[in-house]
Amino acid sequence: MTTAIVVSHLHKVYGSYEALRGVTFEIQAGEVFGLLGPNGAGKTTTVEILEGYRKRDSGDVEVLGIDPQRAGSEWRERIGVVLQSSAMYPNLTVEEHLALFAGYYSEPRSPGEVIELVGLAEKRDARVRTLSGGQKRRLDLALALIGDPELLFLDEPTTGFDPAARRAAWETIRALRALGKTILLTTHYLDEAEQLSDRVAVLREGRIVAMGKPSELTPEKAMTEIRYRRDGNEVVVETDEPTRTLHELTGQALADGFELEALEVRRPTLEEVYLSLTEDEA
Amino acid sequence: MTLFWHELRGEQKLFWRSRELAFFTFLLPIVFFVLLGSVYGSDRIQGLKGSSYLLAGMLGYGVAATAFAGLAITLVIRREGGILKRLRGTPLPAWAYITAVLGSTLFVYALESIALVLLGRGLFGVPWPHQIVSLVLTLLLGGVAFAAMGLALTAAVRSAEGSSAVVNAIYLPMSFISGAFFSPHSFPQFLRGIADVLPLTYFIRLVRDVMLRHQEIWDQPKSVVIVAGWGLFAAIVALRAFRWEPREG
Repeated sequence: MTTAIVVSHLHKVYGSYEALRGVTFEIQAGEVFGLLGPNGAGKTTTVEILEGYRKRDSGDVEVLGIDPQRAGSEWRERIGVVLQSSAMYPNLTVEEHLALFAGYYSEPRSPGEVIELVGLAEKRDARVRTLSGGQKRRLDLALALIGDPELLFLDEPTTGFDPAARRAAWETIRALRALGKTILLTTHYLDEAEQLSDRVAVLREGRIVAMGKPSELTPEKAMTEIRYRRDGNEVVVETDEPTRTLHELTGQALADGFELEALEVRRPTLEEVYLSLTEDEA
Repeated sequence: MTLFWHELRGEQKLFWRSRELAFFTFLLPIVFFVLLGSVYGSDRIQGLKGSSYLLAGMLGYGVAATAFAGLAITLVIRREGGILKRLRGTPLPAWAYITAVLGSTLFVYALESIALVLLGRGLFGVPWPHQIVSLVLTLLLGGVAFAAMGLALTAAVRSAEGSSAVVNAIYLPMSFISGAFFSPHSFPQFLRGIADVLPLTYFIRLVRDVMLRHQEIWDQPKSVVIVAGWGLFAAIVALRAFRWEPREG
């Protein structure tokens, strides 16, 4: 497997504000990589450096084997970018947009095919000014796909979607993954990262505080939690030896003849891990 | 080159689809020409027929509206709307984009000039211009110079909402003071002082000399140098200060 993106010790400073303080990660070709984090954590800065929009202050970056700061048109043929906010011409139709942008690439996909893929077939001849926010976002994705890129950057692609539209967008992203595209996705929706990503990195204050498969991210970091009620009070026990602790608890309860009411054994969800990682250490 | 023509066609579609812009930059000079020509087209100004004198002014107003104001407003709206940023993310090279946008602007100005000359002939009996080559060169010089000034101006405009207001506040007084609508010879001294440094004054003077006084463009080096100088200065500013990304993010 080849490496699509290499980022090491990436630093970026805006004035006196340190936006990125040594970010390091790699993304393999064909992988969907989720970059998670609260607003201001440095997600967009990271992505825009990888897209070639911003200059880094230090560190090394390679995207498809090339430094984005020095990349040209040939490199841009191979990437697709969905920026955080939609930008298009209000007076052109969906199909006219795709035809216009298709002309910028040497081997574009056919506009009709891409319109189908993002589910805008019935809006093909609609002017953009008449589209809903979610439809514009789908056109954003379509414009990123028209050049048939091998690597796709999606910066918060479903922000503002209703649940049905989000599920539809997820299906599209899964379809792209099945086509072998490498995808770097930023989101602040945990379920989105969990559903779509092969691996996730959590960014906080310009540093990566956790990285791994969504399923791996939970156990290493956190304890298993055992909850029950005793005399109307909730008791919470955190343990890294759940079998032994539970055995002791139930043994005690049986021996003393009381009931562990509302007994619950659970591992923290990704959401809880994420919150514990990203909240202030106040 | 394929990219240039592709983008030029796209720009033409975008221009004519945007009714407000097409009216504001293309139709307004024609409307003013018909209105003002009907009012004082038969007067005599500086030994010239009023309508002939006015036609030269309207070719100047047209270049300010199309190449300067229209171009600046379009690009600021695209920049602040994130369209320029999106384009930078595609393989379309910056030079292909900018030259196509300029080409499209010059094409609109060429159509406008032809329409004005035809209207002048048809409605007011303005004689056909004789020095065609010089006239085309003059209009081309004006188109390129004022487009460069439009590009430079985008750097000074901060928001899409304010772009029409700021640009109108510059190009309308400039057109007035430079004598696009009336002869500046009746202006008070301080207005003439301002007119003497504005590039549009010299462009209109050049058009008048070439179109109405049967001179060639090379007979008027002073006007040519001043218009070209402003254009060159603006091009340098534009090269340094032109931005592709919106102010926020």
